[in-house]
Amino acid sequence: MARAALPGRLTWQLATVVEVAAETAQTSSLVLDAPKWGGHHAGQHVDVRLTAEDGYEAQRSYSIASAPEDRQLVLTVERLEDGEVSPYLVGELRAGDELELRGPIGGYFIWRQADGGPVQMIAGGSGIVPFRSMLRHRAAVGSSAAVRLLCSARSLEDVIYREELEPLAAGDEAFDLRFTLTREWPEGWTGHRGRIDQALLEQVAFKPADQPLTYICGPSGFVEAAAGWLVAGGHDPRHIRTERFGPSGA
Amino acid sequence: MSPISRGFSGRRRAEVDPSRVPPGQYVTRDFPVLSAGPTPHTQLDAWSFTIQGAVAEPVSWPWKEFLELPSETFTTDIHCVTKWSKLDTSWKGVSVDTLLTGVDTSVGYVTAFSDGGYTTNLALEDVTGGKAWVAYEFAGERLEPEHGGPARLLVPHLYFWKSAKWVRGLTLTPDDEPGFWEGYGYHNHGDPWREQRYQGD
Amino acid sequence: MEALDGNAIAGPLMEYFGSEMTTASGACRHCATVSEIAELAVYMPGLGAVARCPTCGKVVMVLVTIREELRVDLTGFALT
Repeated sequence: MARAALPGRLTWQLATVVEVAAETAQTSSLVLDAPKWGGHHAGQHVDVRLTAEDGYEAQRSYSIASAPEDRQLVLTVERLEDGEVSPYLVGELRAGDELELRGPIGGYFIWRQADGGPVQMIAGGSGIVPFRSMLRHRAAVGSSAAVRLLCSARSLEDVIYREELEPLAAGDEAFDLRFTLTREWPEGWTGHRGRIDQALLEQVAFKPADQPLTYICGPSGFVEAAAGWLVAGGHDPRHIRTERFGPSGA
Repeated sequence: MSPISRGFSGRRRAEVDPSRVPPGQYVTRDFPVLSAGPTPHTQLDAWSFTIQGAVAEPVSWPWKEFLELPSETFTTDIHCVTKWSKLDTSWKGVSVDTLLTGVDTSVGYVTAFSDGGYTTNLALEDVTGGKAWVAYEFAGERLEPEHGGPARLLVPHLYFWKSAKWVRGLTLTPDDEPGFWEGYGYHNHGDPWREQRYQGD
Repeated sequence: MEALDGNAIAGPLMEYFGSEMTTASGACRHCATVSEIAELAVYMPGLGAVARCPTCGKVVMVLVTIREELRVDLTGFALT
């Protein structure tokens, strides 16, 4: 089969960095001006390509944090300790720099208004990024689909987008937001403690009878465990969508 | 070439004697874990190493006997086709020359095969004459599963995809039969000093 | 190296096929289980991407880039 070289949507394009904004100690959002961007669905990702002066290239995928309705394209990157690309994006990249990217990519891990609800979102650490896009999109289109986001993080300071999502949830009866903190929690913390397990999911997630669309995003082990518990609890695996991150990915 | 990303240089590169670095390679102090599949966990009492194929008689060693074979401890440089090189790595293992002692064959090629199904092809002359080992220790410790333990093939003069992790034996063959990556276009020989990354290089 | 999933090869597959492929389904030719490409277990050791059936673990798809040319081997996966 001749290689399809379609112009347009999946060619590499240059975006200009408008701002690198710290979200937590380990993550920053890259706010980008991408004049050739053609729009995206909530949950999709981009491939980013870096080229060193000697021609050495590195490529990684990052979930899009901005909603389709947002004016600027935003990616949120977690700095991995031994990373090759993330320390550059989080630590060196600055306003005015150009970033080569292609996208949007992915048609599996997306939520559109027509998909409806209820929607169960389960995020491990930086797995929350595509959910921000979905939640902002849901708000922008005025969807009343019931949504629950359960996010696991090491500490409250490690929860990405907390200042943005808490008010959103507080003002929306149909949006339930909760965190479970795995390593440390503030004094008097009334939220959940410890890693997500089957008991917590049975307690806070939609029931199988609710027939939710479930999205799980985070490190591979986290995703597999959560999906396994949901299926063991009676959820239909065909309504569970997963996206695994790894050191080589977002 | 793609536009340059200001200030990006990849991993911090160690300062080294350039004569030890094959063309296109970068020296790292890490030891990246790169696998085509999940880490197998073969129990040692089920493990064996076998020489088979175009031989008068196949020969096989279970784990305990394998560890009793004469072994060598040595230091060498390794070069991965993904462009990282790691210098002065130390290993302990059994020389393939030792394993082939007394093996009667007239053919010129081997296919190394591993738990999980991985294969790679080599010329017999690339695994003999002190050029290859079946290694079970790295840096003085038992080789970790993610790096190929209990034992991996070690052929440092060729790109590291030839140093098959989780190796279980060698099949001697009359022809050079492309292994897993070679069948997709990686070089049958794989000499990093001649930058033989892909077929035709 | 932990497995990712078919989302990790969405970009190269789209580049090759010219359309979104992660929601495409196929049957594993080793065990006949039907999965969406997004559900495959994907390993990316730098030499290429190896996609395995989530049920039996055998290789169903391999992507390599040789001299900047992308090659896609789907012989273990019968697209449905």
